[in-house]
Amino acid sequence: MTHTAAYFEFLCRMGDNTLVLGHRVSEWCGHAPVLEEDIALANTALDLIGQTQMWLGLAGEVEGKNRDADKLAMLRDVWDFRNCLLVEQPNGDFGQTMMRQFLFDVWHLAMLTELKNSSEQRVADIAAKAIKEVMYHVERSGETVIGLGDGTSESHARMQKALDLLWPYVGELFIPDAVDIAMAEAGIAPDLGKLRDTFDAQVGDVLAAATLTIPDGNFAHKGGRSGTQHSEHLGHLLTQMQWLQRAYPGATW
Amino acid sequence: MKPATDTIWDWLDKVPDPEIPVISVVDLGIVRDVRWDGDTVEVAVTPTYSGCPATTVISLDIETALRDHGLDKIRITTRINPPWTTDWLSDTGRAKLLEYGIAPPTAAGGPDACPRCKSANVKRISQFGSTPCKAQWQCKDCLEPFDYFKCI
Repeated sequence: MTHTAAYFEFLCRMGDNTLVLGHRVSEWCGHAPVLEEDIALANTALDLIGQTQMWLGLAGEVEGKNRDADKLAMLRDVWDFRNCLLVEQPNGDFGQTMMRQFLFDVWHLAMLTELKNSSEQRVADIAAKAIKEVMYHVERSGETVIGLGDGTSESHARMQKALDLLWPYVGELFIPDAVDIAMAEAGIAPDLGKLRDTFDAQVGDVLAAATLTIPDGNFAHKGGRSGTQHSEHLGHLLTQMQWLQRAYPGATW
Repeated sequence: MKPATDTIWDWLDKVPDPEIPVISVVDLGIVRDVRWDGDTVEVAVTPTYSGCPATTVISLDIETALRDHGLDKIRITTRINPPWTTDWLSDTGRAKLLEYGIAPPTAAGGPDACPRCKSANVKRISQFGSTPCKAQWQCKDCLEPFDYFKCI
């Protein structure tokens, strides 16, 4: 794999994570349990979509095949997406959505903190911009996980169930492949394994305060970041997100 | 004849923010640079939040204002480094926000007082508000909810 190809893959992974999670979170718009949460979810989705424009915009430039952020987002199919499996999982109930958000946010913050020192100035610039938004995301999702985990017996049970369901999707975020190794060697992105200690410490603190128990075992579902084995959910998501371009190819307004 | 960049800054100081029209785009600190590149005027704009939907409208409003002043070769560029910070909000901008009923950002991470009754007895409702740049707070004395401009 050439350097350009690996760099493009890396940028798609960053942009597809924020795109797919941003879309998932936007599905709550008008449906959240209370108005303040509805607004918070919509704002979070907006931040993630904004970050997507920066990552996929840069990806398109690096690739040099005349694809901008819109084309990459709307004209690729499942097998070309490079998001981790965690973010494509369905919303479930509000607790499950917030658990997914929390697990992603902690990883995201750790990753962006490292990317601020990237050898590629434009990657560092995007990270420095995004990190200000993500700090708000992780503060809110962490507080919500604690509030619901250490809440009523009903909310506690739902949060534990959400954690049990989503935990096997966490491992993928830390398992490096050829792309990650190439990026780490070039100083563009960190060694993914190095993020794990920061992640475990922060997640551990919050989940302890939330009176939740991390499941045993290190089994990790894989195949999202490489695109080889997305879960069935991503295709359904794309039929909604890309509906307009699929029904009216090339439509602009 | 090319107007001086100081004159252009004055023009831009009359362009209101589309979401919070009491302050200008210059007050908000999002116009980062105005310069001449030959006979083209180049304005560097930085987004407040990366997904803020007002960003495209702001660029369009800036372009329209410059055209109204007779300029026709205009280039608007997006600059994300260094990222926008509320430290760039002008003192005039902060005073106008307060007068409008939006508590200006503070380093402490929360408003000093209710913008209406000035009570310091306030509580946070949500870190997210009606636009990406604002949080929702409430005064525990006059009971009015109000917007707080988040400090980032």
